[in-house]
Amino acid sequence: MKPEDILRIAREETEKQGFYKYRINICCSSGCLPFGALNLLKAFENAVKKFGVESECKVARAGCPGTCSVGPVVLLEPGGYIYQNVTPEKAREIVKSHIVAGIPVKEYLYANEAFFKKQLRLVLRNAGKINPMRIEDYIAAGGYQALIKCLTKMTPKEVIDEITASGLRGRGGAGFPTGQKWNFVAREKNTPKYVVANLDEGDPGVFANRTLAEADPHSIIEGMIISAYAVGAEQGYIYVRAEYPLAVNTLREALRQAKAMNLIGENILESGFNFNIELRLGAGAFIAGEETGILASIEGRRATPRPRPPYPATSGLWGKPTLINNVETLANVPPIILNGGDWFAKIGTPKCTGTKCFSLTGKVNNPGLIEVPMGITLREVIFEIGGGILRGRKFKAVLVGGPSGGCLPESMLGLPIDYESLTKAGAIMGSGGIVVIDDTACMVDTAWFFTDFCVDESCGKCVPCRVGLLKIRNILERIMKGEGKMDDIDLLEELGVYVRDASLCGLGQTAPNPTLTTLRYFRDEYVAHISEKRCPAGKCFKEQASLEVKE
Amino acid sequence: MSVSSVVKIKIDGVEVTAYEGDTILSAAKRASIYIPTLCYLDGLSSYGGCRLCIVEVKGSPKLFPSCTTPVSNGMEIITNSERLRKFRKLTLGLILSEKPHICSICVANGHCELQDLAKEFGVDHLRVEREWTAHKIDLTHDFLVIDHNRCILCARCIRACDEIEGVHVLDMKMRGKDSQVIVDMDEDWASSRSCTSCRKCARVCPVGAIYVRDKPFSEIKDKEMAKFILSRRGL
Repeated sequence: MKPEDILRIAREETEKQGFYKYRINICCSSGCLPFGALNLLKAFENAVKKFGVESECKVARAGCPGTCSVGPVVLLEPGGYIYQNVTPEKAREIVKSHIVAGIPVKEYLYANEAFFKKQLRLVLRNAGKINPMRIEDYIAAGGYQALIKCLTKMTPKEVIDEITASGLRGRGGAGFPTGQKWNFVAREKNTPKYVVANLDEGDPGVFANRTLAEADPHSIIEGMIISAYAVGAEQGYIYVRAEYPLAVNTLREALRQAKAMNLIGENILESGFNFNIELRLGAGAFIAGEETGILASIEGRRATPRPRPPYPATSGLWGKPTLINNVETLANVPPIILNGGDWFAKIGTPKCTGTKCFSLTGKVNNPGLIEVPMGITLREVIFEIGGGILRGRKFKAVLVGGPSGGCLPESMLGLPIDYESLTKAGAIMGSGGIVVIDDTACMVDTAWFFTDFCVDESCGKCVPCRVGLLKIRNILERIMKGEGKMDDIDLLEELGVYVRDASLCGLGQTAPNPTLTTLRYFRDEYVAHISEKRCPAGKCFKEQASLEVKE
Repeated sequence: MSVSSVVKIKIDGVEVTAYEGDTILSAAKRASIYIPTLCYLDGLSSYGGCRLCIVEVKGSPKLFPSCTTPVSNGMEIITNSERLRKFRKLTLGLILSEKPHICSICVANGHCELQDLAKEFGVDHLRVEREWTAHKIDLTHDFLVIDHNRCILCARCIRACDEIEGVHVLDMKMRGKDSQVIVDMDEDWASSRSCTSCRKCARVCPVGAIYVRDKPFSEIKDKEMAKFILSRRGL
């Protein structure tokens, strides 16, 4: 295949899709599948046949448009109408009214315009709109044009310069400048070089990377091929959680189709550039998502992080220079190449450019997957996009950054979301999880829950994380049982700072965050538990109370 | 050794000449500056797990394990600040609280690196609750014993078995607090056909977790062994 062939496919596919007046996209992501999305697909196909509108209406499976709480979801184009909680019965009605008569069925529509109003979808540009199982859909949506541009018009150095100019930073959580990272690997003389795409998303309540892989796998693959071209790698690995079967299948199919079109493999698009991608399935450890843990796991060893330096850029997989990027970072690459780094640098804030995907969960009215420009405030995310607190309850805290993020109180809601502001407040960008907590939750219990997760997931290599975290969890448990002492608060703080500063890898360095931030912002709750044996949220001591009544 | 370029660094205010490829620890050792270590052993690869050898480097809020951090020109290192002393004491206390370490019934009593360090840092009581769960003891081998109640998971035995003896009989299973050193695929030591019974694991164990039965403990320990073998190999 030549670049012209890809352009021809794009033309033909666009033409083919242009025959249809309407396109019904049925979300078949992990959120909607359990609610019968596949049955719905059949129901729509039958309905379209029954009403005889096959020639003007295309029914297709698609990825997630983001509104996961109201699934199964159907996106009807043109116009971007989203139908929520669709059933086969509703499907017939929708076809009858919307397609045949041209009148949208108002009562079934997702009426939350605010959910999309403040969003900016770059990474999720195709999510919900294309069929992830068809490479032609991606190509028709402008896919692989960036790769063609790189291979035919740009040198590897120009590609890296464009990424550097965009100011893109690693979306895996730490926010390291992507261009700089690529440069480190590119200037290494040692060969072969490897690139790794990190899709080991293991945090509770986080599903951004998963949704991306299920909705638009080719955006990841294209970004990865470009990164390999830029640094001079010939072999790549996508490391994906085995617990994401749909994402694995989607990626496997996408890789097969990309290979068939010579977008990966030998002599890609007759440019002389060779690059292969292999899927590697995770072995069920959270720590395997850590930069050096992922390397150990791909090599077939136990996933334990190792101290740096040497950094993976100089000594990664099998001691060779290795570029590791989060899949969200990679999905940002094609639009940057097409529109230029300067265009991207204008989005977001000067220091944190672009957008970030967040999994908005917890006690909000509109949970789901969102993508917002950097610098947006937490208040806008929770109260505008999220639609406020569920059942009109009072906001209490928001946990930003996954299980090792920080719990921020109401006074911090004006905080702009960028790497530096979050770190300063005691939270992290992390995996992009936003868990909203209302006034029914006990903050000691919340800290315990996330610490317990990290205790389970600690690899056990270094003492602070293995033993220190365990002791923090035990002390929290003691306080929740009403057996805490006032000294425990100081001890918790001391242990928290110690684990944060002395641990080997990012897991231990951030795991005390929930404890430290709840101590910082909700200290009175700890004091109430210890000195008054009272839980302000009425959550702890319940078992004890009920036991006493029984006696 | 090839001629490597000289690197000027400062350790605790003293100017020290180091060489490219040196770690902070090796440079400090050459200059006779003491940094406490536990999982580190000359001749084995560095592990970076015990966090006792952490030091401060001027200009960075982070702490660096001196056994793995390479020196660079102009580096100013502090090996002994109040924060570091506090952290090291905490680390030792946490290690001691993790398993039922009871010195009076331990074969290593008096020859134990953990005991020595605890004495040195004045760990006279534990501030965190102790763990009293009983762990397995493997007594099946003719003379080698592994007592998991005393293991501090420093992985010295695993590294010696793999890097010096070259048989990789020992490894780690599970993760986090459940981590445990295993023989082969978690079998009884007696049934291991890959173990050469070389005793190197017992020689490098800093505590009394792996030892040779019925031998005076002072005779088993040989911390220079790994270094010696490596020097013979011309490495």
